Amino acid sequence: MPMLHTVNKSPFERRTLDTALRHAVKGAAILLIEDGVYAAFDGTVVADKVRAALADHKIYVLGPDVTARGMSEHHVIDGLEVVDYGGFVDLVTEYDKVQSWL
Amino acid sequence: MAIEVNGKTLEVDEEGYLADLNQWEPEVATIMAKEDGSELTDAHWEVINFLREYYEEYQIAPAVRVLTKAIGKKLGKDKGNSKYLYELFPYGPAKQACKYAGLPKPTGCV
Amino acid sequence: MAEPWEDDELEGPVRKFMYVNRRAPYGTIYALESLEVVLIAAAFEQDVTLVFMDDGVYQIKKEQNTEAIGVKNFSPTYRALEGYDVEKLYVEKESLESRGLTTDDLVVPVQVVNRDQLAELMEEQEVILSF
Repeated sequence: MPMLHTVNKSPFERRTLDTALRHAVKGAAILLIEDGVYAAFDGTVVADKVRAALADHKIYVLGPDVTARGMSEHHVIDGLEVVDYGGFVDLVTEYDKVQSWL
Repeated sequence: MAIEVNGKTLEVDEEGYLADLNQWEPEVATIMAKEDGSELTDAHWEVINFLREYYEEYQIAPAVRVLTKAIGKKLGKDKGNSKYLYELFPYGPAKQACKYAGLPKPTGCV
Repeated sequence: MAEPWEDDELEGPVRKFMYVNRRAPYGTIYALESLEVVLIAAAFEQDVTLVFMDDGVYQIKKEQNTEAIGVKNFSPTYRALEGYDVEKLYVEKESLESRGLTTDDLVVPVQVVNRDQLAELMEEQEVILSF
């Protein structure tokens, strides 16, 4: 299994998501956490970029961070998978290693 | 530091404010008032209950000016003034009443 | 000596303060710190204007529920600002739109201004604090 990349910065404020996507090989997964979850919602200026990335990557988003920010699953872009903390742990064990982009 | 309420030990900070507002019960206010050498009347409870509701809604303890105005709106002009509130809570209505109500010290209250 | 209740009105000049909020609510401490400073300044009866722009617009997003992340949800406190006579709340139109949000998504009534109007508003202030 390739790598799991976690992104915890807002895509509107930092280039972290872009950097992670540029360095993720095909088949690598992205997990959006903390302010990184702002990339997961429909109707934003980054939504198309995220949708395009789905062609090469599974993209996950951490549910508790979504609800904390006043969003819900129906705001999340189709094709992304919402996971809870248990799901987060499963991903970490499922993929060979984790790259935490800060 | 701690206070004893109904057989339970509740943690308070160095100024006597309850560490965990979820541990509050009416008895907390009664005991804190007794330690200050006073007894709570219905008039005190009116303010304490108002503060609990205010905190529930806004998640902060109001500054004294805001409290005074809000009390006036809710309970009438004769109660919505500093003199009335200071007579009830001589250590300062926001500070003392908030403490009895189990709330944190109001922001900006020194 | 004045009684405590006679000491109500604080003397001193009233200045125009603007607080510029540009950060999302929970990733950093800026939003909460700003809110606390605003409440303190309002207690001293200054002329306060709040601006929400960039990720700062997320601070006042409705329906925040932080139970699962174990952090205090301070979004209800923005609704207390009116009681503190802080009634000048501005949101930058461009910031709102690029995040797919509208004023219906916000916990408080705000005035929406575009970037140029906001720049003008900033010029009118005496003190600007950016968070």
